[in-house]
Amino acid sequence: MSDNLQPRSADEASFAQPLYTPIKRRSFFMYAGATAGATALVLAGCSKDSDSTPVNNGISLGSGDVGVLNYAYALEQLEAAFYAQVKASTNTGLSAAETAYFSEVAAHEAIHRDFFKAAINRDAPGKILQNLTPNFSNIDFTKRLKSGTDTKLGILDAAKAFEDLGVAAYNGAGKLIKTAAYLVIAGQIVSVEARHAAYVRELITPNTFSSSDQVDASGLDKAMSPMDVIAIAQSFVTEKLDASTVGK
Amino acid sequence: MDFFKIIDDLSKVDADVLGRFDSRRAVFGSLGNIAKRSALAATPLFLGALFQKAYAGTTSTPVEVLQYALTLELFEQDFYAKVKASSQYAGASAADKAAIDQIKGHEDAHVALLRTAITGLGGTPVASAPFKSAVFAGLTTFAAQLGIAQLLEDTGVRAYKGRAGELLGTDLLTVALQIHSVEARHASKIRYMRGQKPWVNPGDDLAAHPVYTSGVTGPTSTTSPFGYGIPAYTAASPVESNTTQSNVPITTGLGATYTAADAAASFDEYLQAAEVLDASRAGGLVGA
Repeated sequence: MSDNLQPRSADEASFAQPLYTPIKRRSFFMYAGATAGATALVLAGCSKDSDSTPVNNGISLGSGDVGVLNYAYALEQLEAAFYAQVKASTNTGLSAAETAYFSEVAAHEAIHRDFFKAAINRDAPGKILQNLTPNFSNIDFTKRLKSGTDTKLGILDAAKAFEDLGVAAYNGAGKLIKTAAYLVIAGQIVSVEARHAAYVRELITPNTFSSSDQVDASGLDKAMSPMDVIAIAQSFVTEKLDASTVGK
Repeated sequence: MDFFKIIDDLSKVDADVLGRFDSRRAVFGSLGNIAKRSALAATPLFLGALFQKAYAGTTSTPVEVLQYALTLELFEQDFYAKVKASSQYAGASAADKAAIDQIKGHEDAHVALLRTAITGLGGTPVASAPFKSAVFAGLTTFAAQLGIAQLLEDTGVRAYKGRAGELLGTDLLTVALQIHSVEARHASKIRYMRGQKPWVNPGDDLAAHPVYTSGVTGPTSTTSPFGYGIPAYTAASPVESNTTQSNVPITTGLGATYTAADAAASFDEYLQAAEVLDASRAGGLVGA
């Protein structure tokens, strides 16, 4: 597993643009500190990671409805792990009220993760996605919010990114679902993610709960394809994921 | 207007769509003949007539789902218009006004979008669904207005969920979902403004309101008061405090133990059209 532990680029731009270039990665190492940079280079040097092997597309999320369920399961694993780490962190800079709410959000996401696990194992035995290893190396769990000179995301920055991405992911995956019962479940979850997203946005900047960077002029939230979502989420997951057959 | 795209979308919702046209060979045949001679096939009015014939007697059509969505959006739009015209809004903080403005702007956009979609599919959009003036007059404080706003937004979130299955596999579903999550963002913000948790939970100050339960208080019909058809009401939908999803007991069935409040808050529930339009919910607040 250690050969997969390549630190990912930590600047925020790389989150919005997952296809970061080697130059970007190098520039991060330059100001990330000698130790981190050296460690990263050592790990990169002995890497057998599939990043450089185009033949290997990574772990398939599966096809058809099971693929959609595994796709949701992957995202919920990521969110649940993130909030679990927030909950386990001391010195987060979050207020008492925020800490209490994030503790509830942590429970919601853990429930979503465990629910998908139970549902997939019941409805599609043997087809469940493995447990993923999150890579939160570009999140600073001691920072409530990223400030000007920080290279890592703060807790609220990361939470906003995860929640908005989750909303766009469910919105985009809805039409790939062939079984009405699964669509209902996805609908039941996505609105909770949207509630989380709006709440986190309010903590960062008041009245951005549904601002124009997320909701377009027609009043529509974002909807993204599994491939586009996984391309972004990939920077937070150690294992390489393949979403190319989700819903197909 | 992409006629074949619509047929394609409809075929995903309704596998029998082509059969419906086929069984009315005269209609379908005439479409082909006319299409060869003119662009009439691309005329919304003609398409509307065709779909009405093809779907006569069935429970719902995509147009009816859109009409229902438009009704809810018109209702919210009128409510926020009344808020913005009120002295309570005038006395609110700049930040609170900006929040209401942002929400109202989205409801306006949803109304415009749905009107265009319905017209494009050959339907005549529902004209209005006003929030009752007499009820609004009783909301003497900004806080009271926000309480109703929370009920309306949370109703919207439940209502969109209730019809999503009828749009299975279509691009219309994506649009509905994109509206749905915006309503959830609104609900979250209004709740936050009210000092409530952003998510529905049993500790809400309004938790006992029928918006968060289910069932109907009177007779139901498959024709809405606005003229379009709605699915027949069956049994009561799940209540918001529900802790069982897809037969999985969330509090005890997942390996870890979760509280009933967390289990309920993790999943929003749907409402059927008949429940939303019931006098105990939106149906009791709509009118002159």
